[in-house]
Amino acid sequence: MTSFEKWFYGETDVLNHAMDEAREPDSPDHARKERVKARLAEIRETEQYRERVENSRKEFRGLYLAVTAVGAIALIGVLLYVTACLPEYGAENPHTLEVITRYIEKGLEETGAVNIVSGIILDYRAFDTLGESHVLFTALICSMLLLRLDRKNMRSDHEDYYTVRTDKFFDLSADQIFRRVGAFLVPSIFIFGIYVVLNGQVSPGGGFSGGAILGAGLILFSASFGFEKVDRIFTRKVSSIITLCSLGFYSFAKGYVFFTGANGIENHIPKGTPGNILSGGMILPLDIAVGLVVGCTMFGFYSLFRRGSIGGNGAATGKSSK
Amino acid sequence: MGQLLGNLLSNYEETAAIILFGIGFCTLLFHRNLVKKILGMNIMDTGVFLYLASMGYIRGRRAPIITDGIQDASAYINPLPAGLVLTGIVVSVSVTAVMLSLTIRLYKRYHTLDIDVVYELARKSEPKR
Amino acid sequence: MEIREIFTILLLIILILCAIAVNFTKNLLSAVVIFMAYSLIMAIVWAMMRSPDLAITEAAVGAGVSGTLFLVTLKKVHLEDKIVSDLIEIDLDESEEETAEVGEGAQV
Repeated sequence: MTSFEKWFYGETDVLNHAMDEAREPDSPDHARKERVKARLAEIRETEQYRERVENSRKEFRGLYLAVTAVGAIALIGVLLYVTACLPEYGAENPHTLEVITRYIEKGLEETGAVNIVSGIILDYRAFDTLGESHVLFTALICSMLLLRLDRKNMRSDHEDYYTVRTDKFFDLSADQIFRRVGAFLVPSIFIFGIYVVLNGQVSPGGGFSGGAILGAGLILFSASFGFEKVDRIFTRKVSSIITLCSLGFYSFAKGYVFFTGANGIENHIPKGTPGNILSGGMILPLDIAVGLVVGCTMFGFYSLFRRGSIGGNGAATGKSSK
Repeated sequence: MGQLLGNLLSNYEETAAIILFGIGFCTLLFHRNLVKKILGMNIMDTGVFLYLASMGYIRGRRAPIITDGIQDASAYINPLPAGLVLTGIVVSVSVTAVMLSLTIRLYKRYHTLDIDVVYELARKSEPKR
Repeated sequence: MEIREIFTILLLIILILCAIAVNFTKNLLSAVVIFMAYSLIMAIVWAMMRSPDLAITEAAVGAGVSGTLFLVTLKKVHLEDKIVSDLIEIDLDESEEETAEVGEGAQV
């Protein structure tokens, strides 16, 4: 029988030999058994605590559920009452007319953008977008603090070692379906992401949407082809340089525009013809900056979760680290 | 009372958003599993975004992209809440990523996803202040 | 009411049902998959409210990146259980007769 028939009729387990490999790592036996016993004692203690928690807090748990239910119903009741007092949905209310008249009527000549939402978030209210990019950056740094494995905090006998080794095995980059579908989908997703980023001021889209699509494309690329192929083009240095340059460029460009605008000096940024790609003043470069930051951050999250580092090198390579 | 109910039904999007907020809130409070709590918090986030962005909808008008050179403010919906919600969606995914990192670290240390058991173990094993 | 509004009301009812399903599902993997479907229907609701930017962003971020992060978290949690239980089964002597049931750490 071919190996496919063996697998189809359930006679061999596809991952069996790799579990053997994961079971016998290369480190001395006696010390490893001691650590395993310590770990087992820890787990049993956790189990005891779980039973103790289940048994001892029943009355408190009933009181907590009752108070929470009453509090939640009260909160939702108040919110529903406020909703019932709102003006009618979908009608032309005064609150929709005062601020927005200026944005729509003067929007095209002051910003040059056909997409009014892009004009608002990248020209009139660009400070909020700057803050939001920094929120993404801060979240990436927090994840890096929590999840990064390097030689100091990944002891070679700890379960991080086993986790990383078998995590590296259990990924499916050798699968034929993934490779063939990925070879077709990944370039399409990248081209679509670049299209959405560049057309932020002309059609729906913009920096955030295009950046999320680029990030998702990178995730699919690394999931279907393995991490080695991604590490050739997207190392930690590349990610740091892209993030730093994009955020710095955004800050300086918007600082220049605010400065000239506040002092009444003319800033010599061409607005272009509305409807072209090269239009809208500073909106196109800022779109590219925001898109790159969001894409790198999304892929950075995925890479930190999977293997504990953004770039390739580090302790998480599957060899025994000493 | 009948008029309040009638108002609730005519503002159906805001009502649905508050109900989603309530369901997410209850998921956050009533479950002890950490991943369920984070799922509930994400549902609360999307409920708030729906509530905010449904303030900008006006019947019979089109999406805020200037077409045919019409620059009249009475031909487009209100695009300002959409801009605010766009920032909010990305902040929501950042907060989810940080919370999931914390969950993974807690699981590695205490080997359980139950918040009560983690609290008891932490109270026992961490040094007293 | 027009067809458009009836369709939007139908989508909102399906959203509420999906949210209740996330609340009551015991298996965590099913809950995450239902959450990704919830996010996809939310993207269609954004499109019905004439905000195409929000639709694209919610579709890419909610079902794409956020759902994937949940799945990778579940994988790391299950993976830890599998490794430790395999170690316990193989490496210990015969004096330790019980193998710890650590599979319930990942479910409610």
